[in-house]
Amino acid sequence: MFYREAGQYKTTYSADQAVFPILQDRIGIFVILLLAFVVVPMTVSGFVLSSVLIPIMVFALAAIGLNLLTGYTGLLSLGTGGFMGVGAYACYKLTTFFPDVNIIVLILASGLFSAAIGALFGLPSLRIKGFYLAVATLAAQFFLSWCFVRVPWLYNYNVSSAIEVPTRTAFGVHVTGPNATPVTRYLVVLSIVVLLTWIASNLVRGRIGRMWMAVRDMDIAAELIGIKLYQTKLIAFAISSYFCGVAGAMMIFLWFGSAEADSFSITQSFLVLFMVIIGGLGSLLGSFFGAIFILGLPIMLRTLPELFGLTIRAATVEHLQFMITGALIIVFLVIEPHGLARLWQIGKQKLRVWPFPY
Amino acid sequence: MRAPADLKIAAGDVLLAVENVSLSFGGVKAIRDISFDIRKGEIRAIIGPNGAGKTSMLNVINGFYTPQQGRITFKGKTRAKMRPHDAAAGGIARTFQNVALFRGMTALDNIMAGRTLCMKRGLFWQALRFGPAMKEEVEHRRYVEEIIDFLHIQHIRKTQVGRLPYGLQKRVELGRALAMEPDLLLLDEPMAGMNLEEKEDMSRFILDVNQHFGTTIALIEHDMGVVMDLSDRVVVLDYGRKIADGTPDEVKRNQDVIDAYLGVAH
Amino acid sequence: MDLLYKIFADPFIQMGHAPDLLLQTLWEGLVGGMLYALIALGFVLIFKASGVFNFAQGIMVVFAALTLVGLHAKGVPAFLALGLTIGVMFVLAVAVERLVLRPLVNQPDIILFMATFGLTYFLIGLGELVFGGDPKVMIASELYLPKGAIDWKVFGGFVSFQKIDIAAAVIASVMVATLAVFFQKTRIGRALRAVADSHKAALSVGISLNQIWVVVWFTAGIVALATGIMWGARSNVSFALEIIALKALPVLILGGFTSIPGAIVGGLIIGIGEKIGEFYWGPLFGSGIESWLAYMIALVFLLFRPQGLFGERIIERI
Repeated sequence: MFYREAGQYKTTYSADQAVFPILQDRIGIFVILLLAFVVVPMTVSGFVLSSVLIPIMVFALAAIGLNLLTGYTGLLSLGTGGFMGVGAYACYKLTTFFPDVNIIVLILASGLFSAAIGALFGLPSLRIKGFYLAVATLAAQFFLSWCFVRVPWLYNYNVSSAIEVPTRTAFGVHVTGPNATPVTRYLVVLSIVVLLTWIASNLVRGRIGRMWMAVRDMDIAAELIGIKLYQTKLIAFAISSYFCGVAGAMMIFLWFGSAEADSFSITQSFLVLFMVIIGGLGSLLGSFFGAIFILGLPIMLRTLPELFGLTIRAATVEHLQFMITGALIIVFLVIEPHGLARLWQIGKQKLRVWPFPY
Repeated sequence: MRAPADLKIAAGDVLLAVENVSLSFGGVKAIRDISFDIRKGEIRAIIGPNGAGKTSMLNVINGFYTPQQGRITFKGKTRAKMRPHDAAAGGIARTFQNVALFRGMTALDNIMAGRTLCMKRGLFWQALRFGPAMKEEVEHRRYVEEIIDFLHIQHIRKTQVGRLPYGLQKRVELGRALAMEPDLLLLDEPMAGMNLEEKEDMSRFILDVNQHFGTTIALIEHDMGVVMDLSDRVVVLDYGRKIADGTPDEVKRNQDVIDAYLGVAH
Repeated sequence: MDLLYKIFADPFIQMGHAPDLLLQTLWEGLVGGMLYALIALGFVLIFKASGVFNFAQGIMVVFAALTLVGLHAKGVPAFLALGLTIGVMFVLAVAVERLVLRPLVNQPDIILFMATFGLTYFLIGLGELVFGGDPKVMIASELYLPKGAIDWKVFGGFVSFQKIDIAAAVIASVMVATLAVFFQKTRIGRALRAVADSHKAALSVGISLNQIWVVVWFTAGIVALATGIMWGARSNVSFALEIIALKALPVLILGGFTSIPGAIVGGLIIGIGEKIGEFYWGPLFGSGIESWLAYMIALVFLLFRPQGLFGERIIERI
């Protein structure tokens, strides 16, 4: 009754092609951004900001990155963790070389390095497809993981072989390091994620997005209408890796505060892939849902037994968590293989016709 | 209603010519030493029984298969093989026997994808979707909307093509090919699996495209009635060989063609 | 120049100087490769029959070994435990068919792939919950697997063969031979090959897909158990073994996802290549190149032959 597009006529093609063509959606996104930028920083505790909201944002960005590659271009990658790592280590080296430059600029620039590495490891994608490609991207994952351990230059020859995030500022405010407040870090993460999500949504709706989807849906036909497959796939690898790289840099600089090679292991790759699948392949909004679901699940599983007054040994909880996560993933795939984004659409559809669904 | 066939032939120059093309997969010879040409502005039909090598021939023309022998001359340029991208950039568009649409995209996006080669704005403007990029997008949208009007598919613009019925999918596919503003349009069985009404519609579209836009058309079709009505000239293939070439009337009377279609006692 | 010498000359000179060491390395690589081949075999069986890229194959290896050892630790006699473990693998096959494959039939490959991830998590949790997460020792002697080593004097030195490795080689060969006979000669084997060619055609001649899936997953479970026993006897049984599953993936690239001979030959190539690379070139790069070398070998190989060793060249049609 309140949510429908009836009566909202478009008089120009550009209005018809807007991100949110329906007025109610535009109001909704405005309210959400207002909440995220103004209300949340004023009300939510620092602990929740740094242990719930920042992680969700960071992983949502990584998931968007992978989604551009897997969901939009149809190239399955298991190297996300490695590409995130490239971003983080690149950012660390950049802060070493340019200590006075605005840290936000450096974080955004570090993604360029992982874009280059991503494109490099995307080279085999012309010859090979599907699961063969997935296995090939594992090569990237393992090789990069190895580099993070074995190339001491990357972590400035620290004895601990870990990177310790230095204190850096942007516009005179401490953004990274121990002096940065959770609110500042949260706002920086949020701004970057909103900016990049907007860019991603522009890309997927334009010529490049159509090229990606054409390659995904039928590469032969795409080639015959003049799309260069190789170029398209490499652009997808580069841009996807850029997003992952920025997410990796933010993960270390604005969330963890320090990192070792293990932070970018294959587990991370799988985690992000889960988010993309659960959230919905080929949906940017789904990437956010996926991140919330996958990060929220362990928190829920930890707090649920306490709610019922049960006390279980920590080890058992961990094992149960594994089992339940595994089972839930299967159950979820059985119920809705198209992910949370599809559920959201169905919900919206229901809302459109409410209260007279005939 | 339309110009007599012989007039057109006289008017047209050769747009595309294949000479002595042979193609084989392993030991199987799909095409053996075939030569024919397509003249500017005509509707050229390629017919023949199943397995005659018709689709393979189209695949050679737009560069999807590489022939072992022969030459292809397109717009005066001769080469041993086409490359898919060159073919597309040179103005060869194509529809497919089993609809090859981008199933996950809307009809509108499918046809817009056909405009890819015409769109120039790079990554930077695409990322901002602002200024020149937006202007370009709207410009091409306008062109695509004209095609949508022409094909009467306004109502399914924003439907995922995977959910459309077969006849409409064929229409969207034609739209995607038209969006490329082709000089040569290859249609692989555009009417397969259609009922009479849909066939009439599709024939209308093909004729309109040919007459209004002056697009040269090469089509493969099994419905002889359609072929004889639409085409200016017909080439007949059988077992990878060319057995006849000429106007519909000539072909109809050709003894080899009659044998190939009806079978002959050996 | 010096680096080039170290890469292209030095290792070969070393090989020439100590042929016994080279032989030893080759043998170690061969045994390792055999185990990779067995894991890859499980992958291939399942991929052929159900089109599922079974990420859980590696975990099934660990799960089977853990069940065997765990049951024995709870006081079950060794061979009864072996029988029970086979039973467990059967139950697992049925459960997977009922709860995962059947509801997800006709979904895109990637969804099934993700489901096997879920299965992986589930099996890790279940295994550790029931039998505990600490590393365990394989009950090799209780299963009458040989111990010790045979030394073979050659080239003025000696090569040492672990008896368990020889046993592993024998068991693996017997198992592969049995599978080959099973596929070629039995009714179910024929049905299985039919399913591998085309699901729809197989269904139309009355082959039950569900039954075939159970058979295949059970077979893969048995292969996993054998692999687990042998791998466990060489090191410990714990979920750290999971990493070997990832090691087996390059084997698949090399051999092709659908070729059983490919899995075997690919496994041996990767096993040997990895050991030789680590031993002779490893020190040059700093150690640990084992973790990615196999992938690089496979990747380079793929660039020249995208369909794998034994895969057929695909003619694309449109």
